[in-house]
Amino acid sequence: MTDYSSVIPAKAGIQRGGAPTAALDPCFREGDDDTEQQVEPLYEEQALPATRVRGYWQSVFYRLGHDPVTLVFAAAVLLIVLAAVFAPLLAPFDPYKESIVGRLKPLGWRGHPLGTDELGRDMLSRLLFGGRVSLLMGVVPVLIASLVGGMLGVLGGFVGGRTNTAIMRTMDVFYAFPSVLLAVAIAGAMGGGMANGMLALTLVFIPPMCRVAETATTQVRALDFIEAARASGARTMTIIRYHVLGNVLGPVFIYASSLVSVSILLAAGLSFLGLGVRPPVADWGLMLSTLRQSIYVVPLVCALPGLAIFITSICCNLVSDGLRAAMDVRM
Amino acid sequence: MGKYILRRILYAIPIAFGVSVVCFSLVYIAPGDPLQTVMPPDATAETIAIVKHAYGFDKPLPMQFLIWLGRVVTGDFGMSIATRRPVIWEVSDALANTALLAMFAVPISFFIGYVMGAVAGSFAGRWIDRVVTGAAVVGVSLPNYWLGIVLVIFFAVQYMLLPATGMGPQGSAGFNLLQWSNAKFLVLPVITLSMIPVGILARTTRAAVAEVRNQDFVQTLRAKGLSEWAVTRHVLKNAMPQVMAVMGLQFGYLLGGSILVETVFTWPGSGFLLSKAIINRDVPVLQGTILTLSLVFVATNLIVDLLQSLIDPRIRRA
Amino acid sequence: MRPLLHDGLASDPRDRGGPLQPLLIARELRKHFPVKNSGGKSVKAVDGVSFTVRKGETLGIVGESGCGKSTLARLLLHLVVPDAGELVFDGDLVDTRQLPVNALRRQVQIVFQDSYSSLNPRMPIRDSVAFGPFVQGKKKQQARDIACEMLGKVGLDPDLFGPRYPHELSGGQKQRVNIARALATGPRMVILDEPVSALDKSVEAQVLNLLRALKRKFNLTYLFISHDLNVVRYLSDRVLVMYLGRAVEIGPIDAVFEQPLHPYTRALLASRPSMDPARRIEEAPITGDPPNPIDPPPGCRFHTRCPFAETPCEKTDPALGIWEGPQSHVVACHMHDLASGHSRFENV
Repeated sequence: MTDYSSVIPAKAGIQRGGAPTAALDPCFREGDDDTEQQVEPLYEEQALPATRVRGYWQSVFYRLGHDPVTLVFAAAVLLIVLAAVFAPLLAPFDPYKESIVGRLKPLGWRGHPLGTDELGRDMLSRLLFGGRVSLLMGVVPVLIASLVGGMLGVLGGFVGGRTNTAIMRTMDVFYAFPSVLLAVAIAGAMGGGMANGMLALTLVFIPPMCRVAETATTQVRALDFIEAARASGARTMTIIRYHVLGNVLGPVFIYASSLVSVSILLAAGLSFLGLGVRPPVADWGLMLSTLRQSIYVVPLVCALPGLAIFITSICCNLVSDGLRAAMDVRM
Repeated sequence: MGKYILRRILYAIPIAFGVSVVCFSLVYIAPGDPLQTVMPPDATAETIAIVKHAYGFDKPLPMQFLIWLGRVVTGDFGMSIATRRPVIWEVSDALANTALLAMFAVPISFFIGYVMGAVAGSFAGRWIDRVVTGAAVVGVSLPNYWLGIVLVIFFAVQYMLLPATGMGPQGSAGFNLLQWSNAKFLVLPVITLSMIPVGILARTTRAAVAEVRNQDFVQTLRAKGLSEWAVTRHVLKNAMPQVMAVMGLQFGYLLGGSILVETVFTWPGSGFLLSKAIINRDVPVLQGTILTLSLVFVATNLIVDLLQSLIDPRIRRA
Repeated sequence: MRPLLHDGLASDPRDRGGPLQPLLIARELRKHFPVKNSGGKSVKAVDGVSFTVRKGETLGIVGESGCGKSTLARLLLHLVVPDAGELVFDGDLVDTRQLPVNALRRQVQIVFQDSYSSLNPRMPIRDSVAFGPFVQGKKKQQARDIACEMLGKVGLDPDLFGPRYPHELSGGQKQRVNIARALATGPRMVILDEPVSALDKSVEAQVLNLLRALKRKFNLTYLFISHDLNVVRYLSDRVLVMYLGRAVEIGPIDAVFEQPLHPYTRALLASRPSMDPARRIEEAPITGDPPNPIDPPPGCRFHTRCPFAETPCEKTDPALGIWEGPQSHVVACHMHDLASGHSRFENV
């Protein structure tokens, strides 16, 4: 441990020559031979900060941990994800196995807990496997859009000027389309299919992510510590990496999490219109569409895929709201 | 002020241009030969050659775009592959039907959403706020196509109160709003369409109202002796700009998102036209519909921005 | 091998020009900020400012809000690029091959006024202070060690404060951190842009005394910017008075404060509130607001508020007097210029 005694006096606040405040009165200006004056306060005299050292992320987890509603719904999301991941183990039947006899059967018929669809396939199994597709199509576009849009936004926000204007104007053009319309247009023009659907959704989400990142970056850039970092001689990329990203990640993450539920709805909507996966692959939106004809026969069964979409979406929505409440606190 | 209006209008022009570029390129991102997308499959070689020349597919891309733009500006969106009618007639017919839905859905959803949000924001933290916020979250997370199906199951299948699909016994040609036998076809689609805007508006209004209420000037008003109702009026007025911006966006959603609802109810609007065009790979109709809807959206946002600047003087200086 | 941080008054091995070479010479620095949509008008924030800073001294810069002090501070570090003028640091011309801006920034650092926004809220204090050395080539652990050492030197226990975040510290403690951060890279000159303006009086006293102690300890040169005249007097050897982007008076602190030459300086000094009821004044010594920096008045910029303004003041802009030596006291005022034709020419 370095010896600080050369700077800090043994006793606190020792000053020869009078009370500290007297030194500020213009009539009492000290001479330049200040060697006697040592007014370093001992650091024990500093007001201590809060005893618990809590960084930003630690306080976020703390708040989340004490938020029962969000925890419950987060557990629900986790359950849904696990159910989709372990679908092969959990599904009682083969989701592709058709049966001419057992078509459109109600709940509980012969071991099919959720009935069968219009081709006699087990609903529960198809829902479980459909979850994989729907969740993938919901999450992947948001992830990619966060990366690409986030990078563009940070770049534009930090560099500013013409580059920023160019990037944001381009985004504005895509903003001019209602999101459903744009997704349908791109997916429709490209001919449907899961990959095209995901691509369409990614393109739809890049402009808002870019805008969120750009706004956050512009706000951070105006703060003094960025100038201080420049004054230390840091280069642009270094400043972005160490100072900007940490502060921008929060808003971007919050916004991305709120996009997940929208993405699930949109992805299922695309499948509903026939622009997602192709039959006979199980997908909630597609199932909803093909079962539509049969609502006069077994309405309850036909409504199930939509229920799955709804439940997943609302759980994601509530979790993202909870995340925002935990993360959006000004420190 | 006039300068702001001018600048805002000028700004909309490159956006509209960008929109048309995107629409134009839809033909080119489609798999396969772009020529095939605008021709019916049974066209003869001569027809193909004529069309190729007329569309300019043998010319470089920017030229093709200009040719296309020129045609679009005069209203020539090409011919529908499926029906062989000019696209512009198809689009305008369909748009009228969608407008009918929007005519009801917009005021209903905006009013309900706004009131819900205002009430929730004014009583922030109390039970009514939680109820409204919960309802709003449900509204936003609900797939509207599913809601449509559920409503159909309930009202048409189980209880036979309202029709399931279609636009009246005579379809769109003979639709008479004043007769219940026609008008009852409107009910379910309008309710379904309104749900997401109600949710989003309720959330936005609630947040705006709650935020404005926390500002210092509200306390000043109370200290001056204004009644709570008068204070609330001031608060609502200040919250309006934020809400209006979202309203504009929701209008666009109603235009674009109607595709799902119209498909569920087979309501012959622009959304349904779009969905048919996708199934039939009818690219001219696809292009024409998307272009029209997007430009209407751009125009709506422009109007909303201008209205906002009228209400909120702070925006004018920007 | 250069020591990490050196104590005492040993001569700095980085010294190139010797003790008589001023550490910083600023010549005709100019920075105009264009105003958007105004057809070419600009805010003339700094309009031809020249001064020198000697090694080991503290130059105070005073002026009202909007006179260009903060812009000047940023010009000196090229955080804002000057439109015209040059900077000479220890004999080397800045922003040339002799002394690129990066090299300048190793030798000059800055402490800002707002202690809160000067620190990254997501970084622990120790890392914020260590960032400077890290950027200038030290390894992470080495930079951290330097940071801890500096925190100790400004009076904060590094073990207690190092891992904390800015929001856990008080204003005075944050400003100490900013000072530590400025000193961590071992600069020879520190620009202090209103470092104590946002602090309570008692804390202000502690920080000022800390600054004095550190200056001695590390053989620093200070450029101290403030609008508070008492504080400037406490810390400075010489002072520069700025008005509307120009330097109007420069001189040794006692000379300027006891015998102010420029009417603006006189008004500033007279407007300080006094603790002595016998020195109460009835009228404000200066009236009106400073003119718009976009459209400064013709001639002497102060003439619209000057009680001694006459015709020459409306026509020509006075220049600062001839610089004779380190103790000279110069002023830009027609009253002190024999050739101006002002009726009140006084002998200095």
